[in-house]
Amino acid sequence: MQRALADSGVRKSDIDGYMCAGGGMGRETAVDMAEYLQIQHRFIDGTMTGGSTFEFYVQHAAAAIKDGLCDTILVTYGSDLLSLQGRMLGTRGFLVEGQRVGGPMQYEAPYGNVLVGAYAMAAQRHMYEYGTTSEQLAEIAVAVRGHAKLNPNALYREPITVEDVLASRMIADPLHKLDCCVISDGGGALIMTTAERARDLAKAPVYVLGAGGSQTHWNIGQMPDFTRTSAELAGREAFGRAGVTPADIDTIQFYDSFTITVLLLLEDLGFCAKGEGGPFVEGGTLQLGGRLPLNTDGGGLSSCHPGMRGIFLLIEAARQLRGEANEAQVADAKLALACGSGGWLSCMGAVVLGNEAP
Amino acid sequence: MNMNGRPLPQPDNVSAPFWAAAAEGKVLFQECPECGHRQFYPRAMCTDCAAETEWREASGRGTVHTFTVIRQNWAEPFRGELPYVVAMVELEEGVKMMSNISDCAADDVHIGMPVEAYGERVEDGLGVLFWRPGKAHRG
Repeated sequence: MQRALADSGVRKSDIDGYMCAGGGMGRETAVDMAEYLQIQHRFIDGTMTGGSTFEFYVQHAAAAIKDGLCDTILVTYGSDLLSLQGRMLGTRGFLVEGQRVGGPMQYEAPYGNVLVGAYAMAAQRHMYEYGTTSEQLAEIAVAVRGHAKLNPNALYREPITVEDVLASRMIADPLHKLDCCVISDGGGALIMTTAERARDLAKAPVYVLGAGGSQTHWNIGQMPDFTRTSAELAGREAFGRAGVTPADIDTIQFYDSFTITVLLLLEDLGFCAKGEGGPFVEGGTLQLGGRLPLNTDGGGLSSCHPGMRGIFLLIEAARQLRGEANEAQVADAKLALACGSGGWLSCMGAVVLGNEAP
Repeated sequence: MNMNGRPLPQPDNVSAPFWAAAAEGKVLFQECPECGHRQFYPRAMCTDCAAETEWREASGRGTVHTFTVIRQNWAEPFRGELPYVVAMVELEEGVKMMSNISDCAADDVHIGMPVEAYGERVEDGLGVLFWRPGKAHRG
């Protein structure tokens, strides 16, 4: 919050709206954090859609500000996931030996699935239906690692190759260790206000041109089609409201929990046809200098993943659109698309951002 | 299938018949008498038209829709079972459910593989369904 206030020139007393989904897995709630930070809000939202929470917040914040429910909204995220439970989020699960489980999880709890396994089942089905290969998925990890090299704060910065990804340990077939995001601590904050107020602040504004969010399921066993996500609907909403198409986008900041997540988002958001994500990512498409630079901060695959990293997609998009990305700057970036993925490929939130007033 | 230490379902008033049937090795799903919609998991109403549903007994035959081989899980008791298969099984009747595939090597499991259900009885009113290789069924 301190750094977002300093960066924007907004005074804390100007904040009259607050949004927060708390720590690593939503432990601290918006009301806890509003108390801790002493935010005197007249609008609050603690919607929790997992990693895409913050893209949903942008949609909600834009509507609230437009409707006059508040003027200036603070969004915060902080997590000590790594310190709290080590590197076990993806392969330990949330259940305890012998536990009795109610609710929708009662139908999955006895079978020992892990978070990585959910995404692995989507990757397996995509390979079966469309011939997607592990080499193609690895291209995504390689591109993101290339960008992490340029970020001094990234956890893993040494370059990797497609062969390195394929040679890394298999975690849940067909996903290797280097197909999976890192586990880290981390946090971020952003501030949204009216275009009028933003014009008088410290930094050039970044405009929300369109936002959309949707859901197909929550638990992975309920995913209707393992090769399609709610990003199809979220993207149509976001692009439609912005009045732009995927061809107009200069850089994408996508939730890269796993390489397959990015591949599905590319297809579902319309950057390529369903099933053509594999060939699309070949040949450096997603690298700086390529057609569509992805996760220029090093993403979740290489930089940081504190559990719900959707806020970093928005922060990196804003840095790109302000020309503040240093060595990772996409030349003349005018339009960015941030797309978060929450749950188990469940809840997708897409936001089109631009540096020119709509 | 070794049941020791596995997290287990806590049956509720909607799911109790499903778990009780599983203890007898039977697979139940819900069908809507109004609109014909079939669904799993069990719910208090039809997810298509919100009418009351009825139980149907499935044939117990299905195919592997998708799967993964879990090779890392720090949680007991699964840590001791590695590697094992988690799969989505598509029943002959069209609904899909998560389970493990047993009685074959993990590397032999493939999408489209015919499987058949069996139940492991835990206690009165509670069994857990698993699947093993089965004969191909007519579609």
